[in-house]
Amino acid sequence: MSSVAMRKSPTVKIMSYGFVAIWLVLAAFPFIWTLWGSFKVELDFFSIADWTDAITGTRTLAETGSAFTGAGYEGAWVQEEFWKAVINTFIVCFFTVITSLTIGTLGGYALSRSTFKYAFWLLIAALIFRAMPPITLVSGYLLPFFEWNLWGILPTSIIVLVAINQPFTLWMLHSFFTKIPKDLDESAMVDGCTRFQAFRHVIIPVMWPGVITTGLFSFLLAYNDFAVTAMLLSKENQTMVPKIASFLGTTQTEGNVMFAVAAVVSATVPIFILVMFFQRQIVSGLTAGAVKG
Amino acid sequence: MKHKTFFWFILPTAMAMLLFIAMPIVSVVTQSLFTPHDQVFKVVENCGPFGCKEETIIDNEAMADLNAEKPLGKFAGLAIYFDRGHLAVSEVADAWTSSDSIGEFFSTINNLPFYRAMGFTLSYTFIVTPLLIILGFMIAIAVNSLNGAIKGLVIFFSLLPMIINPLVGSLILFWMVDARGVFGSGLQWLFDDPTLSLKASTTLTWIMLMVYGVWHSAPFAFVVFYAGLQTLPQDTLESAMIDGASRWERIRYVVIPHIMPLVTFVALIQLMDNFRVFEPIVGFNAEAHAQSLSWIIFNDLAGETRLLSSASTTSVLTIIGVAILLSPVLVRTWRDFTRKV
Repeated sequence: MSSVAMRKSPTVKIMSYGFVAIWLVLAAFPFIWTLWGSFKVELDFFSIADWTDAITGTRTLAETGSAFTGAGYEGAWVQEEFWKAVINTFIVCFFTVITSLTIGTLGGYALSRSTFKYAFWLLIAALIFRAMPPITLVSGYLLPFFEWNLWGILPTSIIVLVAINQPFTLWMLHSFFTKIPKDLDESAMVDGCTRFQAFRHVIIPVMWPGVITTGLFSFLLAYNDFAVTAMLLSKENQTMVPKIASFLGTTQTEGNVMFAVAAVVSATVPIFILVMFFQRQIVSGLTAGAVKG
Repeated sequence: MKHKTFFWFILPTAMAMLLFIAMPIVSVVTQSLFTPHDQVFKVVENCGPFGCKEETIIDNEAMADLNAEKPLGKFAGLAIYFDRGHLAVSEVADAWTSSDSIGEFFSTINNLPFYRAMGFTLSYTFIVTPLLIILGFMIAIAVNSLNGAIKGLVIFFSLLPMIINPLVGSLILFWMVDARGVFGSGLQWLFDDPTLSLKASTTLTWIMLMVYGVWHSAPFAFVVFYAGLQTLPQDTLESAMIDGASRWERIRYVVIPHIMPLVTFVALIQLMDNFRVFEPIVGFNAEAHAQSLSWIIFNDLAGETRLLSSASTTSVLTIIGVAILLSPVLVRTWRDFTRKV
């Protein structure tokens, strides 16, 4: 960066470093604090007497004989069977991502290659559906699902999440496929491929970066959903987030807030790993719709 | 692409959206026009050792028949829309005629559940959105002036508040600002008031929720603006400098106009997303002081007796609200499309 415009005075530099440092603390500190506190007992996590207790773990030491305790995790995972919710969450996320990518790539590809007006109207319909809060649809699901005995099981939630995911998936993949030159599949068709063969042999090998980015966002949507899974799953089939919400109702009164804290930390870990490995894709996905428009 | 090929490619995704988004909307609208059946009573004679008595009980058999025959309930038209739990037309009219001042009128209106939720949802949407744009812009400008190695780290940690589940994120903050948490007790010490609790007052609860909203969404604005800053025309910046523009003037007259389209994009997306605010209210346990439209729907559905009609009515009203917010986006997309063709 030899540009003159990029040269900065020391005051400006110090100010921007200071500002970024404050933001970093705001963004990261709550997570670090909760992670640290999850290995303490409740009186240390909520330390009214002396806030340094939360760091040194005075009470934890007195109660358990060590400065760190896994009691919260044990209570959540074993006693309250959080592991079931974790398994359910990963089943739901896995099938939601696979299904929505499969039908989404077909649809997104078709939308990017069609020059007819109805393709545009389909995209507009998808945009309207994307804006709809999922909770407003839930009251429409309940009555038919009760009637047909579909309520409470994982496959129902997976299908609903796939459908709710579709508008976003379609928009994102549509913009990725638009960037792949039309000549590529059209020349394959000149050579005698059908449209599907062209898609299969020419487009699929080059589409993976876009599909992976879209898949990440589908995963996040399924993983973070609360409204749909809380209403459509029975208690035995609950996923992580509704399970955490149910901890708040039952365990807070029993003085077992630490179960909820441990569960919250457990639910954050996969997200942390995801950001670590896919930071570039997430950033490119967020800006894909924005920067070109 | 030929119509027939297009049809087969689009079929699975179109079916999914039709069956699980379009049909439920129809179903929600229908349900909002019906109420549960009135209870059917029957008189039975109950004979005991002390003679016979007539009793009125609920006829469960007749109720079951009725429910099987008409599962939606009885047709109510727009009655539910106008009742006290929703638009409360007669209460509003009463308040209008009986109130002496506008202030009194609004405080009466504010006691009606739908309007109270509407008030919070709209305040949240229109306060949080501009704030997060400003904060996101400031972070983007600051991070852009850092050296390469730190940038990655800052982006990594900035993504966390946004990508985390809203319920989990609000719980993490809630435990810190709780009267017993580190930040909450810090505030008590700062203001020398051991009874201070953010949960106890409506204003403080609203501020807490909005701070959470900005914390949660500012990273999105930051990432988008930061990407926009990478394409900043260096020549324009340099010529502005040669013309004697100060740093602030360069931001005002070069940087901001350059990223203005991105500001519109972020604003439109965030208006829609903030309008559905819901999880933080559950996470912060704030329903006593702040209720949003989504929360009302959830609350109606979550109870033992699921109030489907009431929830559907609120859903329809929410969808209308979203449609109003969405209209500028649609106009913009339409303009883009016609420009391209």
